[in-house]
Amino acid sequence: MSLIEAPRTPTRGRRTGGINWEKWGWIYMRASGVVLVVLIFGHLLVNMFLGEGVKAIDFAFVGGKLSDPFWQVWDGLMLWLALIHGANGMRTIVNDYATNPKVRTVLLAGIAVSTIILIALGTLVITTFDPCPAGADPALLASFCEAL
Amino acid sequence: MPEKSASNLVAEPQSPPKIRSPKRPAGTLYRGNEGMWSWVLHRITGVSIYFFLLVHILDTALVRVSPDAYNIVIDSYKTPLMGLAEIGLVAAIGFHAINGLRIILIDFWAFGAKHQRTLFWVVIGIWLVLLAGFIPRQLMHVFGG
Repeated sequence: MSLIEAPRTPTRGRRTGGINWEKWGWIYMRASGVVLVVLIFGHLLVNMFLGEGVKAIDFAFVGGKLSDPFWQVWDGLMLWLALIHGANGMRTIVNDYATNPKVRTVLLAGIAVSTIILIALGTLVITTFDPCPAGADPALLASFCEAL
Repeated sequence: MPEKSASNLVAEPQSPPKIRSPKRPAGTLYRGNEGMWSWVLHRITGVSIYFFLLVHILDTALVRVSPDAYNIVIDSYKTPLMGLAEIGLVAAIGFHAINGLRIILIDFWAFGAKHQRTLFWVVIGIWLVLLAGFIPRQLMHVFGG
């Protein structure tokens, strides 16, 4: 029997069987990362580089994009992939630096709750968005709203 | 012959070799080099992008509230100060994206692991080209007429 605990002894016992979630998390970071490079660079190209860049972004601009199924899917994928990618990264960082078990639990719970709420909110916005809300100033809306 | 060499050793005691202490810590394969700094930058940019993403989902959700509410908040993104902050944001996203691809090359490709240092400088090179394209464009949008 050794007197000194071996370094890097896991606080929880060695996992025996079951799904290897850490492995799938590792794979997710790489798989989502590759897709996000395409999605976010495309997002930045259209919103920040082409045309008037950030100056062109207003309700009518977003209304025009989110009335197109192509951009709905694009933004929806970006929302889910990026937020889960970010939340999993934050989980890694919390596990690295939060040595107090209570603090760690609170931080991990905060990450999980905020992720669930923001994914639900974002998905709701993308799927229920009306680019031509009734009673709104027509000057603030996309040009195709006049035809309605 | 062995006897003779043994007596030689006794006759001429060797002085202990001089070991100079390094002027600064020699580091390890990892510490203080490209591998460490790419890891540090990947963490810092990742955390920054994460907190921006939280805010960005909330501000975009205002399109569901009213056109006025969204326009008022998004106008704050068009000020000169925020225009410069957006350069920082794109710089962070650009590094995280390109270095993330470098990490994948290291993980799945023997060449990538062998040449991870070179790949770090390739990442910096591509990142600088990306910023050289974006920064003038962004300055035109924010400060141009």
